[in-house]
Amino acid sequence: MADKLRKQQELERLQAKYIGTGHPDTTSWEWKTNIHRDTFSSIVGHPSLLSYLALAQNEPAIKVRAQLIRKMMQPAGPPPMREDDAGFEGGGGVE
Amino acid sequence: MATTSNMFMYSLTIQPPTTITQALLGQFSGTKEQQIITASGSRLTLLQPDPRAGKVNTILSHDIFGIIRALATFRLAGSHKDYIIIASDSGRIAIVEYLPKTNKFSRIHLETFGKSAVRRVVPGQYLAADPKGRACLIASLEKNKLVYVLNRNAQAELTISSPLEAHKHGVLVLSLVALDVGYSNPVFAALEIDYSDADQDPTGQAGQEVEAQLVYYELDLGLNHVVRKWSDAVDPTSSLLFQVPGGNDGPSGVLVCGEENVTYRHSNQEAFRVPIPRRRGATEDPQRKRTIVSGVMHKLKGSAGAFFFLLQTDDGDLFKVTLDMVEDADGNPTGDVQRLKIKYFDTIPIAISLCILKSGFLFAACEFGNHSLYQFEKLGDDDEELEFTSEEFPTDPRAAYHPVYFHPRPLENLVLVESVDSMNPLVDCKVANLTGEDAPQIYSVCGNSARSTFRMLKHGLEVSEIVASELPGTPSAVWTTKLTKHDEYDAYIVLSFTNATLVLSIGETVEEVEESGFLTTVPTLAVQQMGEEGLIQVHPKGIRHIVQGRVNEWPAPQHRSIVAAATNENQVVIALSSGEIVYFEMDADGALAEYDEKKEMSGTVTSLSLGKVPEGLRRSSFLAVGCDDCTVRILSLDPASTLEMKSIQALTAAPSSLSIMAMEDSFGGTTLYLHIGLHSGVYLRTVLDEVTGELTDTRQKFLGPKPTKLFQVSVQGQPCVLALNTRPWLGYTDPLAKGFVMTPLSYVDLDFGWNFSSEQCLEGMVGIHSNFLRIFTVEKLGDNMIQKSIPLTYTPKKLVKHPDQPYFYTIESDNNTLPPELRQQLLAQNSTNGDAVTLPPAEFGYPKARGRWASCISIVDPLGEEPSVLQRIDLDNNEAAVSAAIVSFASQDGENFLIVGTGKDMVLNPRQFSEGYIHVYRFHEDGRDLEFIHKTKIEEPPMALVPFQGRLLVGIGKMLRIYDLGLKQLLRKAQADVAPQLIVSLSTQGNRIVVGDVQQGVTYVVYKPEGNKLLPFADDTVNRWTTCTTLVDYESVAGGDKFGNIWILRCPERASIESDEPGSEIQLVHAKNYLHGAPNRVSLMAHFYTQDLPTSITKTNLVVGGQDVLLWSGLQGTVGVFIPFVSREDVDFFQSLESHLRAEDPPLGGRDHLIYRGYYVPVKGVIDGDLCERFSLLPNDKKQMIAGELDRSVREIERKISVCFLASPFPT
Repeated sequence: MADKLRKQQELERLQAKYIGTGHPDTTSWEWKTNIHRDTFSSIVGHPSLLSYLALAQNEPAIKVRAQLIRKMMQPAGPPPMREDDAGFEGGGGVE
Repeated sequence: MATTSNMFMYSLTIQPPTTITQALLGQFSGTKEQQIITASGSRLTLLQPDPRAGKVNTILSHDIFGIIRALATFRLAGSHKDYIIIASDSGRIAIVEYLPKTNKFSRIHLETFGKSAVRRVVPGQYLAADPKGRACLIASLEKNKLVYVLNRNAQAELTISSPLEAHKHGVLVLSLVALDVGYSNPVFAALEIDYSDADQDPTGQAGQEVEAQLVYYELDLGLNHVVRKWSDAVDPTSSLLFQVPGGNDGPSGVLVCGEENVTYRHSNQEAFRVPIPRRRGATEDPQRKRTIVSGVMHKLKGSAGAFFFLLQTDDGDLFKVTLDMVEDADGNPTGDVQRLKIKYFDTIPIAISLCILKSGFLFAACEFGNHSLYQFEKLGDDDEELEFTSEEFPTDPRAAYHPVYFHPRPLENLVLVESVDSMNPLVDCKVANLTGEDAPQIYSVCGNSARSTFRMLKHGLEVSEIVASELPGTPSAVWTTKLTKHDEYDAYIVLSFTNATLVLSIGETVEEVEESGFLTTVPTLAVQQMGEEGLIQVHPKGIRHIVQGRVNEWPAPQHRSIVAAATNENQVVIALSSGEIVYFEMDADGALAEYDEKKEMSGTVTSLSLGKVPEGLRRSSFLAVGCDDCTVRILSLDPASTLEMKSIQALTAAPSSLSIMAMEDSFGGTTLYLHIGLHSGVYLRTVLDEVTGELTDTRQKFLGPKPTKLFQVSVQGQPCVLALNTRPWLGYTDPLAKGFVMTPLSYVDLDFGWNFSSEQCLEGMVGIHSNFLRIFTVEKLGDNMIQKSIPLTYTPKKLVKHPDQPYFYTIESDNNTLPPELRQQLLAQNSTNGDAVTLPPAEFGYPKARGRWASCISIVDPLGEEPSVLQRIDLDNNEAAVSAAIVSFASQDGENFLIVGTGKDMVLNPRQFSEGYIHVYRFHEDGRDLEFIHKTKIEEPPMALVPFQGRLLVGIGKMLRIYDLGLKQLLRKAQADVAPQLIVSLSTQGNRIVVGDVQQGVTYVVYKPEGNKLLPFADDTVNRWTTCTTLVDYESVAGGDKFGNIWILRCPERASIESDEPGSEIQLVHAKNYLHGAPNRVSLMAHFYTQDLPTSITKTNLVVGGQDVLLWSGLQGTVGVFIPFVSREDVDFFQSLESHLRAEDPPLGGRDHLIYRGYYVPVKGVIDGDLCERFSLLPNDKKQMIAGELDRSVREIERKISVCFLASPFPT
């Protein structure tokens, strides 16, 4: 029992430290939101990727960067209703 | 996955990235001089602006082998030196100091705080240092913030504390700055969005109402912890913060920049808000709101509290923003802000960073295209521009207000001083030899929008010509000489003709000198200033020593003549036609004394060299003698062993020219070199041992088919060797890399050259080109790529070369830009009022319009007298060109056609369009003109076009299709669904087609002519977001992806053979799919992370007779090569050298080199040449140590590295 508890605590610690660490009840929305947030933050963090997007969109990189960070807020739409755990269609495609 | 491979490549960067991701100003040398530190890709570069010359010079460039994400500078109280903090992808914070003495960066601190690589919650995205240098904050995009306290210990050394945490879950950071609070507790301001509520609200309402917060984090130095001190909601569109001076200089606080507003905020002040003026003009959308994209704050010297901001909008317009303070009863400013003011300043290209120098310059590190240096003419204080103040506008971001307008105008306050070449973004590149030189040139398209260019890159040094004057005859040689030892400048130019000598004086005008004392009826072999005020002329019949008008003549022995001579300030050596060598030395009275013995050589002497007299000595102790028996001998000139032979070296051909020179070496000292030019055109460089006279470490290079002539010249105070062949070359020590390089000069071929120094031209060269005398200088060493650029119209997308003619075709398109026909319409409508002025788009950009595309095709003539765009074809109908190819259709007797793929009404993300087309153009006048023939409507914009067996192969979405040319449109011949998502690249050989997918790697497809079928037979195991591919051989493909990797994949041999077997069609059609893919999988041969995003890759040959290399170009302006290794032994050597260098010279930013190069996939089959080249920059003891471990000498290792370089395009 103590072993199980320790494992549980360890997992919780990881989840607190590293956002996006999964758990058995991860919903599709959580997973999608997390993946999108990771993607956007990666594009923002790699200068060459960001300027690639900026060049294609013909916008300054700073503006594209702010847009991407704002998209991180709700990349897959609002969370689904508690009762209704059915599939959820997310928006926000990644180029 | 095994990291070893049976294919090995040597990766080398020919041109480092020219982008700048951040530029900061500081006094890094510890002197008053301001320098600029920039981050470009993985390189940390120190720039030194030269206010007098109006130039920016690179002092140091250091590859940190990591992605530099942010930089900050700070200065400890009482110190005069700025330190640099680097936030990279290493999960560590590095503090670096510049050491001006050794010209190196040295790391002082390296603290680990998290995982490596660019991650959402690992700090590194944002970095801010307290203006008083007491603390710094490093933050991630989400959640984590760490504060390090910076201090000094008793030894005045910098110390760094363990990190203090200021994490908050569910918070995204948009911008972060340090507040200027004087000496109170350090405060950092962050612009944040909190999504934790939105994540819990299924109705989506909380997500709609999310506000941007301005949050202050205070570091309590007494309690040593960080608190969230204050936060307040700001305009939800805000995205950028700027620090406002505090303490004695101002009110402190921040400027918060959002959509069409700049707001002043501080915890104890009112908010003040001004709108960003919109552009007024016929073609401008009056409803479009601007945002601030960059800016700079500058404190004026002298008056406390005087400062201003220059903020730049997304149009490139600079606005001057100032703050007014409330005045007390005596008219003195108090600490309270009264109003915020904004007015138009000037318009410059969009910058990433702006730096205002104390000397009155503005350095703009531009986002795309050339960086520029401006000089301030005035500060826009009393001009007629309208000023808008915060009093007229509400502070509530939701309140209504009237937008304000201004008229953009050409520069008034700034003057452009210098434009620093930058190829960022480099979109496409081709290698071709159009000029017929020995090395091919690189042709590329770069830049964006109206600042895009077509650039020709050539290996060579830029030469500026000062004089080119015609002479009466064709001289065979030229010298310059001073008259006395103490003269600063040269006084005479001596020209030798076949039977005469001409002496010219250097001055205001060049005139013939009558009474020079020179014998003018004979040709001359050497001229030298000797002793205090003597001159020596060596001619075939003797030596003439002229001292103050008196002439002493030493006649050559009877029936013999002088064939070669070498001189320096104290010594003269001549070789007689009989093969004897006669040696003279200047004695104490200034007379020339002959050494009593003559040395007889075995063959005819072809060349001699003495070398300069080393400082403090009386003579050069070696004489090099080249004989026509293909040898070079080193004779001693020491009094004890005069003319004794020290060493001998056999050569492949007779030497035509010799030069002994002491040159700077990579050990930090100087080494004596013997440079040898051969009759066969080969140039050799050997090290001449200063004690024993031994010749060791020979390196060679073929310069051209003529005999090579060598001369010692001086450039930038450095002794260099000028080597003349079919074109002139300059051998010098690279000022940054410290290695010896031999670079061609971009100049006419010369027959003879010599140093030249006069009042007007301190360090020049004089040369003879047929019957012309030319005086020229080389101004910049180290920058050995010459760029020529031609302006284009819109952002280039592709570059194609005419298969036979020297013309290039570019397709260009700009998103959200008003196309020319609409521009004309709007201008015509508004011609009555005064708004119809068109400003040059290169500075002011094109007018924007959402959803519109401006696109064109240009014909570029890079070789014409005036390299230019010959013709431009604008696309109408909101079509934009996306792909291009030149196809020779077999059905039209092999006639070439330009094929351009376009898309109509395209939206980039998520991908949308209404139609796709393929345009066909016919060439006229050998390709100088294009005629539109027809266009074919297709389902999607075609992203890839390629000629295929006399027909056209098109990638349309997932579909691969073959077209033939018809009269009215293209005719569909064969098609197949082969790619999972979207075809972006195609390369073919024979019946094989390699298809690159935008996300899913490459697929090998075979075309079966019997059944007219396209059948995929092998695909990839990894999702590679392909950007470019090229076939390396029939089985292998090299390509690059969006994440900055370059890889080589190979199809299994059996699958490859089977696919081409006749009749294998049925087998392939019915082959069993393997794991939802093609029946076979390709295997990985090589993989390498380059940091830059590869935009093109080609297999090409860069030296005549050299091996094929892979040349790639990167978006940030990088050009690199991959050179295949021939022997396994070399691979082993370089692998162990790499591992030693990783240990002895760990990357500055703290990133592990091996992990960096294996960022996404472990590095495989590639040696990092950039790392190996760092060997020559190591201190001597480390070099010795590594050499010892590798069981080789240091020279041997350096030679090996440079030999590898030899195989590469532009060898030393």
